[in-house]
Amino acid sequence: MSSSSAFNDEKGGSSSVGEPEYGHDPASGGIFSSDYKRHDDLKEMLDSNKDSLKLEAMKRIVAMIARGKNASDLFPAVVKNVACKNIEVKKLVYVYLVRYAEEQQDLALLSISTFQRGLKDPNQLIRASALRVLSSIRVTIIVPIMMLAIKEAASDMSPYVRKTAAHAIPKLYSLDPEQKDQLIEVIEKLLADKTTLVAGSVVMAFEEVCPERIDLIHKNYRKLCNLLIDVEEWGQVVIINMLTRYARTQFLNPNMNESLLEEGSGGDKTFYGSDEDEDDDEEEKDKKEEAHAMAKRKPYVMDPDHRLLLRNTKPLLQSRNAAVVMAVAQLYFHLAPKAEVGVIAKALVRLLRSHSEVQYVVLQNVATMTIKRRGMFEPYLKSFYIRSTDPTQIKVLKLEVLTNLANETNISTILREFQTYIKSMDKDFVAATIQAIGRCATNIGEVRDTCLNGLVQLLSNRDELVVAESVVVIKKLLQMQPEKHSDIIKHMAKLTDNIQVPMARASILWLIGEYCEHVPKIAPDVLRKMAKSFTNEEDIVKLQIINLAAKLYLTNSKQTKLLTQYVLNLAKYDQNYDIRDRARFIRQLIVPTEKSGALSKYAKKLFLALKPAPVLESPFKDRDHFQLGSLSHLLNAKAGGYQELPDWPEAAPDPSVRNVEVPEWTKCSSREKRKEKKVEKPFYSDSEGESGPTESADSESDSASGSESGSGSEESGSGSESEESEEGSESEEEEEEEDEDEKDKKKKKKQELKKPVQESESEQSSEEERKHQRKMKQCKSDTESESEEEDSESESSHSESEDSESEVEVKKKKKAAESKPPSKPVKKESKKEKKEMSLLDLDDFEPTPSPQVTPVNTFLSNSLVTDLEGLSLSDAVLSPATIAPSSALKSYELLHRITGEGLSVEYCFSRQPFSPDANMVAVQMQFTNNATSETKNLHMEDVKLQSGMRVKEFPEIELLPAGETATAVMGIDFCDSTQAANFQLCTHTRKFFVSIQPPVGELMRPVFLTENEFKKEQGQLMGMNEITEKLTLDVKCRNEHAIVQRVTTAANLSRVPCGSDKECRFAGRTVNSSSLVLVTVATKEEGAAQLTVNCEKMVIGTMLVKDILLALTQ
Amino acid sequence: MIHSLFLINHTGDIILEKHWKSVIGRSVCDYFFEAKEKAVDPEDVPPVLQTPHHYLISIYKGKLFFLSVIQTEVPPLFVIEFLHRVADTIQDYFGECSEGVIKDNVVTVYELLEEMLDNGFPLATESNVLKEMIRPPTILRSVVNTLTGTPVFAEIQGVIEACVRLTGMPDLTLSFMNPRLLDDVSFHPCVRFKRWESEHVLSFIPPDGNFTLMNYHSRGHPVYVKQSISFFETGPSGRLDITIGPKQTMGKTVESLKVTIHMPKTVLNANLTASQGNYTYDLATKVLVWDIGKLNTQKLPNLRGSLSTQVGAPKPEDNPTLNIDLKIQQMAISGLKVSRLDMYGEKYKPFKGVKYLTKAGKFQVRT
Repeated sequence: MSSSSAFNDEKGGSSSVGEPEYGHDPASGGIFSSDYKRHDDLKEMLDSNKDSLKLEAMKRIVAMIARGKNASDLFPAVVKNVACKNIEVKKLVYVYLVRYAEEQQDLALLSISTFQRGLKDPNQLIRASALRVLSSIRVTIIVPIMMLAIKEAASDMSPYVRKTAAHAIPKLYSLDPEQKDQLIEVIEKLLADKTTLVAGSVVMAFEEVCPERIDLIHKNYRKLCNLLIDVEEWGQVVIINMLTRYARTQFLNPNMNESLLEEGSGGDKTFYGSDEDEDDDEEEKDKKEEAHAMAKRKPYVMDPDHRLLLRNTKPLLQSRNAAVVMAVAQLYFHLAPKAEVGVIAKALVRLLRSHSEVQYVVLQNVATMTIKRRGMFEPYLKSFYIRSTDPTQIKVLKLEVLTNLANETNISTILREFQTYIKSMDKDFVAATIQAIGRCATNIGEVRDTCLNGLVQLLSNRDELVVAESVVVIKKLLQMQPEKHSDIIKHMAKLTDNIQVPMARASILWLIGEYCEHVPKIAPDVLRKMAKSFTNEEDIVKLQIINLAAKLYLTNSKQTKLLTQYVLNLAKYDQNYDIRDRARFIRQLIVPTEKSGALSKYAKKLFLALKPAPVLESPFKDRDHFQLGSLSHLLNAKAGGYQELPDWPEAAPDPSVRNVEVPEWTKCSSREKRKEKKVEKPFYSDSEGESGPTESADSESDSASGSESGSGSEESGSGSESEESEEGSESEEEEEEEDEDEKDKKKKKKQELKKPVQESESEQSSEEERKHQRKMKQCKSDTESESEEEDSESESSHSESEDSESEVEVKKKKKAAESKPPSKPVKKESKKEKKEMSLLDLDDFEPTPSPQVTPVNTFLSNSLVTDLEGLSLSDAVLSPATIAPSSALKSYELLHRITGEGLSVEYCFSRQPFSPDANMVAVQMQFTNNATSETKNLHMEDVKLQSGMRVKEFPEIELLPAGETATAVMGIDFCDSTQAANFQLCTHTRKFFVSIQPPVGELMRPVFLTENEFKKEQGQLMGMNEITEKLTLDVKCRNEHAIVQRVTTAANLSRVPCGSDKECRFAGRTVNSSSLVLVTVATKEEGAAQLTVNCEKMVIGTMLVKDILLALTQ
Repeated sequence: MIHSLFLINHTGDIILEKHWKSVIGRSVCDYFFEAKEKAVDPEDVPPVLQTPHHYLISIYKGKLFFLSVIQTEVPPLFVIEFLHRVADTIQDYFGECSEGVIKDNVVTVYELLEEMLDNGFPLATESNVLKEMIRPPTILRSVVNTLTGTPVFAEIQGVIEACVRLTGMPDLTLSFMNPRLLDDVSFHPCVRFKRWESEHVLSFIPPDGNFTLMNYHSRGHPVYVKQSISFFETGPSGRLDITIGPKQTMGKTVESLKVTIHMPKTVLNANLTASQGNYTYDLATKVLVWDIGKLNTQKLPNLRGSLSTQVGAPKPEDNPTLNIDLKIQQMAISGLKVSRLDMYGEKYKPFKGVKYLTKAGKFQVRT
């Protein structure tokens, strides 16, 4: 206190000099009479009817507040102006009120009516600021008024006002915790809000008021994940931290099977290696065993919601806000599968170039991470090198990280770096470096001797602190293998004459005592010297002298008996009771008297027992039980309000709690289930109940479009990625507009404007019609556009369901209208596709063939046959689309419409043989001119390729009128590599740099093999050419069709007929070198499966395994 | 979240205080002053301090401490990032962030703080939003590159700063000739992440005024200033010889070249001759500054002479490190080049311009 008041005085004095305009400031004058006069002056100004005077007065008052001066006696004069018309004055009055209302409760009540009026103002900004100030007035009497205001504001039309309401919730809660239940209701309501503006604030309120009510999040989980990228940065931090906790309670540990799998894999390989020789019976038996083992292991399937969270947070690693990056990093650290955590390292290293405070916090977290996941940061070793200008605390932390990162391979580099640090002028840092060297030496056996030698050299350093620190560290190292190093001990014994640092002296004495047998001649001499200086030593040194004496007495009593007696006598009369105690205790133990008990017999064992070598541990060990990035983690102590990060649950809680009416993926899987004729309905029953109509319509649709729409949704997601944010803002704008106008009018207008809206509306209203429509469409086999339409539908129903309002009818329409604009571009595309087909029917190349109609080429027909074989059980309606893997052609964006100035280009791998050159992969490009003017002379130039690669350019498109679409096919010989082909796309005016990179699955063409041929070929591709992976099939992909579908979508392969229904086999050849590619998926119980890829080209094989794995598990 | 904020100058006076919840007495700052006393350098004050009832999180910027008081768990980076944002906003409003400026504009700063946090949670932190609510007292696009590194580890750290004055909702696309140079990037929230990932172009609807569009980091570029430095000491005096030469500047001149050396404590004085520029040696702080100015490529600047050290004092253990500051106009050392800037969504024709600049941030040479 005294110092702070001193600062006040100082301040007052300086202000009179520094700020002439405040020259008459009360504090500077220091005379009370002038003080009052001064305030009278202000009061007069506030009472005048000139706004300029009022403003001037308020500015002075606020300046007083800002500098911590008391201005409370002006309250009555100020509060009168709360209704002032001048906005500048009003703002300052608000500022004053918020600061002093708590102290002047009665007078503050005078202003309340003004704010209540403000809450009804037509201007949203005024409503919001009225609520903000009202809720900031900490007066208990107005709690009911505040409650009412918050509730009203929570359903305000303006998202900004709703945001303010969310902010007001914790304020009211801290004022009156009794209101909790009512406030939770408001929170629940606001959580359902769909605007990004509100999301961050309400989650903040949730965290402060009811963090334990995790159940409130369920229904909003997916929405929060999807909104996240558009929420303001501060809100992102809060949401991500909360979702981390949520995920820990709802999902399973993605790393739980890791160790188990590693154990099992060895045995499995031998089994599969000999697999072909065994007959079926044996195979089956083994499989059963296998399945049994897998069941024990509880195969891990990542919940799609878990995946959603990981996927949607990842781009935020590129945020400019360090707090956001850290939040994502901790989320990945705590939630992601081990293999995926690595992505955060780069982002964290980037933060190290930020302000030193940021570095300080980030390094603390990195230090914790490096203990668990060292490999992650190893590539960035040099980023942790220390600069001489770094503040000491940063240096020490970097040192910690470097030490954690040290391993056999990089230790020499690190030690060399450490050597330069020892020369630093910053002695604290040098001491820390020596400690670090010690830790490296204990952790890495290979360098122990090198480190020890280095440290011994430091013993002759001129700086005593360096020597002392080295002694302490050497002591710890010697304990590991004392017998080898008696000369070092001797060397250290000599140091006792010079070193004065107590800790170092104590360490030397302990060493000599402990290993007195290695230095039998020196030890008694050291004791003699110490006995001489005993009285002048520090306490810790004295204790070690006693220890030394005791140990020598036990081993060499002849020479040291008298010395020991002398030391013990000195200690007996020492001022420190610890030392007196120790002396008494030791004397009883070692000096045999008639009274001494049984213990003295064991004295030697007690004192000279083998002591375990100390483990030099990082202070950051086990700190990760605190959520990373939190204050508690940084302090390594629980801070107030810290929410524990729960452990993963043993079994996942019911995932259906997050279902919001009819989310699209649920639909798909239930559809598949139905096809399999398994009755798993109860699980999905909630959602189905509400989505009755949709379901019945869907039941006719096939599994192909079902699983497709799963992947299709992702596709369209990435396709319209860039538009996503626009969508967000669009819909927001719309909402705001709606706030001002009457809703219904708008909606009608919109519906009139946009035809598709009506379409979807009618779809929703009359199911019958829709069913019919669907059937028709199916006949047209327009699966592509269908699945997309489903997307948009489910989107609408998705957002619909988030709505808690009761007026379902009205809302439904509104939502349908709202969700339309985003889905519009998608629709357009699908229409284009149709058009293009008709165009291309004339062409040589078949684009995206529709399964039934198109005559399939020879390669495809093979797969068709095999697929049909496998399909014999399924009913007629389902089969046609299932056998059309090619219908799932994925298109990629080559040129976005914005970059291309209206020209957009998409491409897909058509999987047709490229007739001009069989070694080339056919790439089908689709050009759309969205601009208002025509584009001429579309052609390609300046092809840049890796050596060996070749390109057959597409024929120039001479004219592309506005709004039209054209298609062309080009061939690329990728040389069986996934290197990108870069070239320029030129129009008559512009050039665009574009690149095409093939997924590995497109680098092959299907071949037909019989089962026997397949086995024979497989037999020749063993060993290095075989890659086997265990996997757990996605829930939606547990039947044969789904597997075939997914594998053929991922890679251009054909099915090989197979006797066993537990195995799916596929074959193909790479396009360029015609190397055989064989894929086997063996399924087991409960979704476990094993994927085997045999391919002469190991790189292709490895990449293919990855891709197929991804396709089957997601 | 953030309970209170104190602005403290380097002598320890509180020049401004703001409380977002109930008032917390100034005495809480005593814990901070205690830590400040212990620290040798203001930068050495721990950013996070624990006191019996509160947590103090502070940053040091513009010779001022921004000290926030926290009562409950909150991510420390959240607070640090916010405090920097406060400092940046003050800088943006008044041109600099210093004690004088804050004292002169204490009311505006207080109002800003009021708007930036509500109940301790950030409300409006974007300067264009704030400027709509609180008027500040009273065109061109620039690319600035900052170079950092030691010969041990060279890296380039750059920023793209933008100044946009366009009406309406212009949708801008900035593309680079060589986006592959960019190793690691972070963006202003207005940039569409996914466009960057898929096409390596920056697509954004800019806020008004100045802002940092992107921070990037790129690797693999050699340091372009070559040093032939020999620094040796024998007996009670030492000798120093530094020459600086250019490397890879593509014909552009290196400007504002300045070498700073932190000498060991035992160095009493320096008697040197500089072939170009002036040198000063501060006896109290033991800092040798050699201000070269423009680098003359014909006759390389050289600084040589003797150093006198304390008699009887042992020879300094370590050779000091050199810090080099420099600037190159019209060139970004990273090699990054802007290819084009396109605008969509608005009809008018904007004025566009780009400026490249290289600055050495922390360029350190170990001798």
